Amino acid sequence: MKWLMLIALLWSGPAWAGEARPLADDPAAEARLKHLAVELRCLVCQNQTLADSNAPLAEDLRREVREMIAKDMSDKDIIDFLVARYGDFVLYRPPLKATTTLLWVGPFVLLTVGATALIITLRRRAHKVVDVPVTDEEHRRVEQLLAEGGKRS
Amino acid sequence: MNRFLLPLSIFIVVVIFLGVGLKLNPREIPSPLVGKAAPDFSQPQLYDPAKVFSPADLKGKVWLLNFWASWCSGCRTEHPVLMELAKSGEVPIYGMDYKDQHDEAMTWLKRWGNPYPVVGVDDAGRVGINYGVYGVPETYVIDKQGVIRYKQIGPLDPDTVAQKILPLVKQLESK
Repeated sequence: MKWLMLIALLWSGPAWAGEARPLADDPAAEARLKHLAVELRCLVCQNQTLADSNAPLAEDLRREVREMIAKDMSDKDIIDFLVARYGDFVLYRPPLKATTTLLWVGPFVLLTVGATALIITLRRRAHKVVDVPVTDEEHRRVEQLLAEGGKRS
Repeated sequence: MNRFLLPLSIFIVVVIFLGVGLKLNPREIPSPLVGKAAPDFSQPQLYDPAKVFSPADLKGKVWLLNFWASWCSGCRTEHPVLMELAKSGEVPIYGMDYKDQHDEAMTWLKRWGNPYPVVGVDDAGRVGINYGVYGVPETYVIDKQGVIRYKQIGPLDPDTVAQKILPLVKQLESK
């Protein structure tokens, strides 16, 4: 009985397994869309790319990009089309502009400030460490203590 | 005393930055379209699909273009404000029914009132994309030359209407 069921299961496999249908008729266009969509931000769910998002607007924008690809527009033209409507915000890599200098330079400025502060503090600390001469008496005491410690363990 | 001065000043600077950050709304993305010509369209009208609604018909007028939908809860919040503004007769509000079902849109306007002289239908959301709409409701102030002068993201409230929309409309009217 078990065997029969197993055979039935194995046999029915090919019946419902079908090849995954391609998303678009043109795989090259779909590859271009994928390549573009990971660079573009979904306006509704702002931490997702256009490729990841299931928001209706993202679907519409993907459709729009697909149509532009079909019209054989260049990547730059497609991105310009979206930037003209939604601003630089649609780009996951913001361009270097007067308004975005802080964004681009800020981390390096912080790094420099932090490094300078670290160096200054370390130098100051080095000055604070004063050589204290150890007398012979103290030496003897240390040796004695160490010897005692050795015995104990 | 001196020991605390530096950490304290750093703390104050960080607090100021975080405070400003709290006040910013990440949902409000400045539109690159303000100051540019309103994108053209010709869409069927909701009440008479045989007729078209196009911004070209409104040249020489200051008007508002309001993107809304019956499925949008913010539009419901905004609706009384639009009704009030329409009643005042200060500025005409033209509607764009964004990605909506025809019947539901009609029912919605019948139920809550219609502030629009004309409502266009943007079935596929194409007009919305051309206007950089990313969430309804959004409202545009368009001047006599057909240039976008202001974009409201999210529902209009009485304060925004009184302090931003109406003064701007008056200023544009006098030009």
